[in-house]
Amino acid sequence: MLSTLANPARFMRLSGGALPWLGGVTLVALVVGVAWSLLLAPPDYQQGESVRIMFIHVPAAWMALSVYLFVAVASAVALVWRHPLAEVAAQAAAPIGAAFTLVCLATGSLWGRPMWGAWWVWDARLTSVLVLFFLYLGYIALVNAFDDASRGARAGSLLALVGVVNLPIIKFSVDWWNTLHQPASVMRLGGPTIDVSMLVPLLVMAAAFGLLFLWLLLLRMRTALNERKARALRLYGLPGSDATGIGEPVAAARPAWR
Amino acid sequence: MTGGLADYFAMGGYAGFVWPAYAVALAVLGGLAIHSWHRYRASRDALDRLQRPAGARR
Repeated sequence: MLSTLANPARFMRLSGGALPWLGGVTLVALVVGVAWSLLLAPPDYQQGESVRIMFIHVPAAWMALSVYLFVAVASAVALVWRHPLAEVAAQAAAPIGAAFTLVCLATGSLWGRPMWGAWWVWDARLTSVLVLFFLYLGYIALVNAFDDASRGARAGSLLALVGVVNLPIIKFSVDWWNTLHQPASVMRLGGPTIDVSMLVPLLVMAAAFGLLFLWLLLLRMRTALNERKARALRLYGLPGSDATGIGEPVAAARPAWR
Repeated sequence: MTGGLADYFAMGGYAGFVWPAYAVALAVLGGLAIHSWHRYRASRDALDRLQRPAGARR
């Protein structure tokens, strides 16, 4: 009980100190990454300037997948070990993942129109990423669909775990099926095939998006913990105050951070 | 890089795709960041008010 309470408290202390620094580094990385992508990176010999969409599209796609993996792992930890921060982390991360997936889909569409001649095609890669977007939305909806927050969290965790099967489908869709989408050129056996002049800004943008995820994650987790504590205080009053004196609920009825 | 700024913004004819792509990313991620930041501030202020009621008990 004490350790359960101590973990969110320690999290609040540590994350409170890290948040401004993380925010500053994230902003610098984003500015450097965007400047590099738009000004310094060379146009592609085939795709011309349209290749600059890649510096947004590809890191967003990486984030869409990694954040989902994060949600699924946190959900597993929540289901198995009932760590008090795991559910908070999963629920804080899901909207961030959905946002990256939306960016990936939208920029992909804007890149597909000039390169493929179509805003959208129902092929394996695009469809499986669209499914990923709906998995995020389904998770968010399911978590909020129950009056009892802990039941919603459990249902959401189960959905997140089932949805993991979609991740390898997305990753290998370009190898398994015929598709317009090009195969991997960075994360492949035998090393990247992309030129260094484009690889570097791509990695800077990926790092910037990763930092943005961490900053948003801490921010949203702190928000959730603040809101939980405020709800508990409204229900049960300040600990140690006699304002609610009579009718003080028994300890077992307290939702200790959960 | 011959025609200067106008040439740059034309993005070799892909202006209608490159700029919207960056704008969408800014709108979605920036929107989420601003929304999350406002909710964070609100949650912190609400908690502060609850923990320090008027006429502080301590």
